[in-house]
Amino acid sequence: MENSIDIKISRRNLLKAGAASATAIGTTAMSATQNATPAQGMTASFTLNVNGKSHEMSVDPRTSLLDALREHLHMTGTKKGCDHGQCGACTVLLDGRRINACLTLAIMHDGQQITTIEGLGTPGALHPLQAAFVKHDGYQCGYCTPGQICSAVGMLDEAASGMPSHVTASLNERPLLTPEEIRERMSGNICRCGAYSNILDAIEDVAEGKA
Amino acid sequence: MRPFTYERPRTDAEAAASAAREPRTRFIAGGTNLLDLMKIEVETPAHLVDVNGLELDRIEPSGDGGLRIGALVRNADLAANETVRRDYEVLARALLAGASAQIRNRATTAGNLLQRTRCPYFYDTNQPCNKRVPGSGCSAIGGVSRQLAVIGASDACIATHPSDMAVAMRLLDAKVETVRPDATRRVIPIADFHRLPGNTPHIETNLEAGELITGVVLPKPLGGKHIYRKVRDRASFAFALVAVAAVVQDDGTGRVALGGVAPKPWRVEAAEAHLPDGAARVTDALLADAKPTPDNGFKLTLARRALGSVLTEART
Repeated sequence: MENSIDIKISRRNLLKAGAASATAIGTTAMSATQNATPAQGMTASFTLNVNGKSHEMSVDPRTSLLDALREHLHMTGTKKGCDHGQCGACTVLLDGRRINACLTLAIMHDGQQITTIEGLGTPGALHPLQAAFVKHDGYQCGYCTPGQICSAVGMLDEAASGMPSHVTASLNERPLLTPEEIRERMSGNICRCGAYSNILDAIEDVAEGKA
Repeated sequence: MRPFTYERPRTDAEAAASAAREPRTRFIAGGTNLLDLMKIEVETPAHLVDVNGLELDRIEPSGDGGLRIGALVRNADLAANETVRRDYEVLARALLAGASAQIRNRATTAGNLLQRTRCPYFYDTNQPCNKRVPGSGCSAIGGVSRQLAVIGASDACIATHPSDMAVAMRLLDAKVETVRPDATRRVIPIADFHRLPGNTPHIETNLEAGELITGVVLPKPLGGKHIYRKVRDRASFAFALVAVAAVVQDDGTGRVALGGVAPKPWRVEAAEAHLPDGAARVTDALLADAKPTPDNGFKLTLARRALGSVLTEART
């Protein structure tokens, strides 16, 4: 393709290049076309670490972290709901912190640690939050559940480290995980079935166990 | 999403120089607003400069008793910072009132200042919008405008600035530090950072081409009681209809800024002299030139009542 450059660089080379100079991936802009299909060769190579396993990626730079997980690594536990950061179904943990996988590019996370629902527990050894969602029936259709659980894992860590929320009365005291606090802190996760009361019970169960 | 090339520069000056070489460049940090808009092709950058690797993620004393916040400090970390919680509570409160926890974990200080409007016509690429396509017209004027500006708007655009954080920054007289493509640096007072739309609503800040925000500096703490009151259609994860940021001293004097009412954080210093006289005098002065649409005149009443409740709380 005349307006694109075939870029194939290993992560090692990419890091080397990054240390030596600005790292450019795709140095020629594609022509301003209405065509959203990438030209062949418009790929970027980098490494994604997911659930402790390292994956060499070679994808279009436009690939969101969510699409990289689902379409390229075939880890479909992380769900696509709105694809605009409004529903939370795609919540994963990035270096331990919850984020919307739909609102970030995979290429931006070269070498960082990503944890998805598949990395939290196994059918034989559920994560405490997974077990609590089962115990309290914290879902109907289940589509939002992986995001709810990843979000709750991140939320409990945030609260444990003393991060305040919009409903925290005093910013100079340690926040307590009251139901009001949990609801506010989980507001980035929508459950269209409306299983909120059971989701709250499940999270409270684990939060109390931790306290 | 349109194709783009992608780059990770080593230094902030390199980032700015790179952005100046390709006019259709966007810096990307959190990406929570930019990628959202790229998906619907409201934003169509040809080149992305990923600044996440730059060491602009520290919060440190500024030397003159204030606080320097790196451009890449995430909203969640800024709100949780002990100094911010103690000395600049209105900023922490504003940050915590915005977005969701997932978004606050990614969204950055600089990116928050550069947020694009949430005007529904800006998002709808089937409709004219002077901010998205200069000269195409404004669909919001005469359209559904309940969320939109009551003051500071123009015949070309009535969009609001969506940020909560920026309202607190304006209240605190923050200064925006930048680096330009020629590696020179400058400081822009927050009052001069955002522009009113006039005839060029697509130009939202006074940043030059390629200029990169490196940090925001807060002056030394003001003391007083810090309150951020956000009124919105649901209790969490929604943009403001009206927001009031205030610092009120024991003698009733203080500062006030409004969010959700204008194309930029709305503060009129002269109006603050009326704070000891109550909310109505203040909002009369703050919103004296208001031109609400038939849909959003309620914001004038809402602003007065929200400030009234803030002043009541400040006295307790």
